[in-house]
Amino acid sequence: MKKKLFFLLSLFFLYYNSLLAVTYNSEPKIFIQELVNDAIKTLSDKSITVEEKNAVIEKIAIENVDIKALGLYTLGKIRKDLDEKTINNYQVIFQKYFLKSLTSRLTDYSSQKFQVIESEQKSSNYTIVKSKIVESINSPEIKVDWRVYTKNPQKPLIRDLIVEGLSLARTQKEEFASILNSNNNDASALINKLQEFISK
Amino acid sequence: MRFKKLQVIFSLIVLNILLAVSANAEAENECFEKVSRGIFKFNQGFDNVILEPVAKVYNKLPEPIRNGTGNFTSNIATLLSIPNHLLQGELRLAGHATGSFVVNTTIGILGFGNPAAALGLENQKEDLGQTLGAYGVGGGCYFVLPILGPTTLRDSFGMIADNQYLDAFARVTWHEKEIKSLSGNKLDYVGVKAATAVDFRGDNMMNFESLEKNSIDLYAATKSLYLQDRTKKIKNKSSSDDDTWGELDK
Repeated sequence: MKKKLFFLLSLFFLYYNSLLAVTYNSEPKIFIQELVNDAIKTLSDKSITVEEKNAVIEKIAIENVDIKALGLYTLGKIRKDLDEKTINNYQVIFQKYFLKSLTSRLTDYSSQKFQVIESEQKSSNYTIVKSKIVESINSPEIKVDWRVYTKNPQKPLIRDLIVEGLSLARTQKEEFASILNSNNNDASALINKLQEFISK
Repeated sequence: MRFKKLQVIFSLIVLNILLAVSANAEAENECFEKVSRGIFKFNQGFDNVILEPVAKVYNKLPEPIRNGTGNFTSNIATLLSIPNHLLQGELRLAGHATGSFVVNTTIGILGFGNPAAALGLENQKEDLGQTLGAYGVGGGCYFVLPILGPTTLRDSFGMIADNQYLDAFARVTWHEKEIKSLSGNKLDYVGVKAATAVDFRGDNMMNFESLEKNSIDLYAATKSLYLQDRTKKIKNKSSSDDDTWGELDK
């Protein structure tokens, strides 16, 4: 009886969560516009707390950013030499690190206006969506390109943000490489650094 | 006269060494990382104590004053862009930069206004480091200079040669050479460079804060951003061509 109840409750939560999941248009340009509009709407909503805002942003990111691929990319070539257990451990920590730094970054830029300009298909796997943060009193116009992974055309995923030609994923990759280089390519040193950042 | 000849010979020797080094070195290699990390810390201290507070006050000034300062320093920097456009064989951009300088200096009242932009004149910044890069000279190793910040062998050589030979503003002010009855002094040069730095720091206040807050190795993040920015400027492209993503999908 208990087992049945647990099963029914699980089913209910699964259904409830699927209702909460926001799906965006699969066309990369519209996908980015809808996603950013949603994020800005959340961040500028004065009726919800910062924690609630962060929770919504994290949910949007988990569903629409290819965090797993981003984690592997930023790990660099060393990923080929690591065992599955270390990679899995790294991925769990990396996701927490990514979400923390993302919410902090987005809160900084939440008051600005955003426009999608055009998209350019680079290959069957990648489309670059070009956009800009409109000039404001305290900040000049900022060009932002989105590297969208389109291997599954029905479910595009963001893999990188290129701000004024500077790739955030590449910057993070080189930052991680520096830590690995100064610790004899020991992945646990990097994982410890990420842990430190998460617990700050 | 003899000193001038020596200067030219010395510059050529340095360029030769630089080219030879560049053939074997990649820009991501460090010249002397420990020293650079120390200088980087010193620069961070300088930023915390002087540059950032000054830029915060600057950001509180009325918008027309900040825009005017940005336009003024940008107009002066055009004097360096013009010879570098010519050296790169970019005659169209050299024409645009010259037109922009003339229009902004006259109609724009010494460059405080930017009517050239409204006329569609492009004012793309160029320096000798970019020119050498455009001719295929690699960055050489990376290091950090006190106050001036991140650089590479190629870019630091370019900066010295720009100041010595190509930058008309530096000739008039830093070297105190009179050109067509225009004269200046070192203080004018330092003043304009300081205003450029404060204007840039003020414009990027949020970006600096965000980078500092979210980096687990700020030195490495700054190095990556500097090298990416230089590559983008040399290629005159605003988007990143990072093909290494393809390796993940294999």
